[in-house]
Amino acid sequence: MSDLGFQPREEAPTTEQPARSRLHVFVRWEILLLAVLGGTIAFGADVSPYFLQSTNLFYICLNVGEVAIMALPLTLIVITGEIDLSVASTLGLTGVLMAELFKHGWPIWPAMLAAVALGVVLGAFNGFLVTRIGLPSLAVTIGTLTLYRGIAQGILPTDTIGGFPTYLTKIGVVPIPGTHLPYSIAFFAVLAIVFAVVLHATPLGRAIFAIGAGQEAAFFAGIRVKRIKFWLFVLSGAMCGLAGVLWSLRFASARYDSGSGLELFVVTIVLLGGVSIFGGRGTIAGVIVAVAVLGCLQTALTADLMPAQDQNIVVGALLVASVIVPNGGDLYRRARVRLRSAAARRHAAAAQAESQ
Amino acid sequence: MTALAEERKTVGRSSSSHAIAELLLRFRELGIVLALVLVVGGTTIDNHRFLSLTNVQQVLSAASIIALLAIGETIVIITRNVDLSIGSVLGISAYATGELYHHHPHVPLALVFLLAVGIGAAFGVVNGVIVTVVRVPSLVVTLGTLYVIRGIDGAWAGGNQVNASMLPNSFNKIGYGTIAGVPYLGIIAIVAVGIATYAMRTFRTARDFYAIGSDPEAARLAGIPVGARVFLAFVLSGAIAGLAGAVWLSYYASVDAIAGVGYEFQVITAVVIGGVAIFGGSGTVLGAALGALLLNTINSALVVVNVSSFWSQAFAGGLLVSAIAFDRLIAVRVAPALRTRRRARV
Repeated sequence: MSDLGFQPREEAPTTEQPARSRLHVFVRWEILLLAVLGGTIAFGADVSPYFLQSTNLFYICLNVGEVAIMALPLTLIVITGEIDLSVASTLGLTGVLMAELFKHGWPIWPAMLAAVALGVVLGAFNGFLVTRIGLPSLAVTIGTLTLYRGIAQGILPTDTIGGFPTYLTKIGVVPIPGTHLPYSIAFFAVLAIVFAVVLHATPLGRAIFAIGAGQEAAFFAGIRVKRIKFWLFVLSGAMCGLAGVLWSLRFASARYDSGSGLELFVVTIVLLGGVSIFGGRGTIAGVIVAVAVLGCLQTALTADLMPAQDQNIVVGALLVASVIVPNGGDLYRRARVRLRSAAARRHAAAAQAESQ
Repeated sequence: MTALAEERKTVGRSSSSHAIAELLLRFRELGIVLALVLVVGGTTIDNHRFLSLTNVQQVLSAASIIALLAIGETIVIITRNVDLSIGSVLGISAYATGELYHHHPHVPLALVFLLAVGIGAAFGVVNGVIVTVVRVPSLVVTLGTLYVIRGIDGAWAGGNQVNASMLPNSFNKIGYGTIAGVPYLGIIAIVAVGIATYAMRTFRTARDFYAIGSDPEAARLAGIPVGARVFLAFVLSGAIAGLAGAVWLSYYASVDAIAGVGYEFQVITAVVIGGVAIFGGSGTVLGAALGALLLNTINSALVVVNVSSFWSQAFAGGLLVSAIAFDRLIAVRVAPALRTRRRARV
C-alpha cells in the first residue's frame, strides 16, 4: 500500500447509508463537471469569436491528444491506489529513442515501434519495482521521472532531431480527412472505448476496483493483485510510448525536454475526472469529460493571450480544487460533528456544575 | 551502547547477515561518509585537482543549498508526507529578495532574510492547511502548488532578471565569502543542520513527527495532535525553502523566473539517499544533509572524470531508485531479526 502523503482518514461519523451517499456525491460530481465544461466553452466563446467554429475543434483536440491517451492507463493505476508520475518523462525518452533511431538510418515505422517497445520496458521497470520489490509507487515514479528524463538528456543533450517523413508529421497540421479531428484524438477515442469496456464490464475491471477498495481483501478473494498492478504499469508505459511517438511527429521534432511537466496535466485530468486519489472509485466517462474541460480551457486561455506559464497556475489550482471539492462534504460533516460534540461537552459540564 | 551490544548477542546467534543489515540500517550516516570517501578518493586519483580548494568550496556551497532544503523535506517525509513545492518556493523567494534589493537597495540584511523566510512560511501555511484541514494527499496538493507557485513567479518576473549589480556587496558576500577556507554557505548549512539535529532528538514536538510517520492512527490515539504537527512540518519546510531562496540568490547572484526548477527532485533524492525512510517514521537530518553532500560530490566528480554533465540527472534518478530499493531490501532483511528479538525479550 503506497500511502505516502496520505493523511489518515477518520471514519466518517455519520449514520447515513454509505452506498446511497456515495452514489449521490458521484452523480453530482459528473454534473458539476459538465457544468464546468459548459462554463469553459462559454468563456472561450466570449474570448474569441473563432472558439465555437468547427476548425477550432481540431486545435482543442490536438492540444490534449497525447495527454488524454496517457490519462487512460493512469486512471486504472489510480483506481488501484497507486500513481505513476513518470508518464511525461517516458513520453520524452521514447520520443528521443524514436528520433535517434531514425537519425541512425532506421525506417520510421520500426523506429516508432521501438519507441512503444521502450515504453513497455520503462513501464515494466516501474511495475517491477512497485510489485516485486514492494516499493511505494510514488517514490518509485518520482525516481524514474528524474531517471528517464535524465537518460533522455544524456542521449540528446542539446540537439533537436527532426526530418521525419512529412506524411507522418502532417498529423500536427491536418485533420483526419472528412472530419475536424486530429489523429491523436482518434487513437484516444478508440482506446477510451476499450478502457471503458474493460474497466466497467469485465472481471478484470471489477478486480481493479476491488484492489483499490481494499487490496488485502482483494488478495484473499483470489485476485492477482501484484500481477494486475504490474501489467497496469506496463500498459501505462506503452501508452506513454505511443504518446511520445505522436508528440514527436506532431511537433516534427524530438528534444530531451519534450513534454516535461505534462504529468501535471495528466494527473489533473484523472483527478478532475472524479477518480478518487484514495483508489477504488472512478469512471472513464468522467475522465473523458475532464479531457474536454482541460482541452477547452487550455485553448480558451491561449485565445485570451495567457502565457503558458500562467496557464500552469490555472491547471495547478484545478488539480488542487479537484481533490478539495470531493472532500468538502466530508469536511463539513466533520466540522458539524465536532461542533455538536463540543456543545454536548459544554452541556454536560454545565449539568455537572449544577449538580455539585 | 551496552544494551545494544547485549541485544545483538541474542540476535547474533540467529544470523550474522541480519546483524550486518541492521548495522547498515543503524549507521546509515557512516555508510554515506564511506561512499563520500570512495567517490572523492577515486576521483582524486583520476584527477588530483578534484580536491583543490576552489572545487571543494564550490561543491560545499552548492551542497549547502540542497542540504538546507533537505532539512525541511526530511521533517515532512518523516511525517509520511511529501513536499514537492520547495523548488518553486525557493524560486519565488529568491526573486522576491532580488526585487526587494532592486527597489530598496539599503534594506538591512536581517530584514531581507526575515522576508524570505516569511514568504516561504506563507506558502508552507497554504500547503499545510490544504493537507491537514481538507485531508487530501500531500503529493497531489504540492504537485499542484509546485506549478501554481512557479506560475505566480513567472507572471511576476516575466522576462526580467535581477543581476549581481543590483545586489549590495554585503549580500553577495554571503555567497562567495569564506572563513578560514570554509564558505559562509557551508557554515550556514552546518549550523542549521546542527540546530535541526538537536531539535529533532530533543523536543517532544519533533518526536511527534516520528510517531506520526510510524503510524498515524496510533499517534492519534496516543493523543498527538496529528493535524497540528503535520501543519507545522509543512510550515517549517516552506520557511526553510524561503530561507534557501535568499541563500540561493546570494550564491548565484542573479535570478529569473526559473530559479530552482527541479530542485525538489534533487532534494528528495538527497533525503532518501541519506536514509530517511520514504514510508515515514525514521531518518535523520544529518543523514539527509550528508546525502546532499554526496549527491553534489558525485555531480562534480562526473564532470571531473569527463562524463558529460548532461548525464548527472540520470545518475541522480538512478541513485534515488537504487536507494529506495536498497532501503527496502535492508528492511526486509532486518525484519526477521527484530521479530526474533521481540520474542527473546518476552
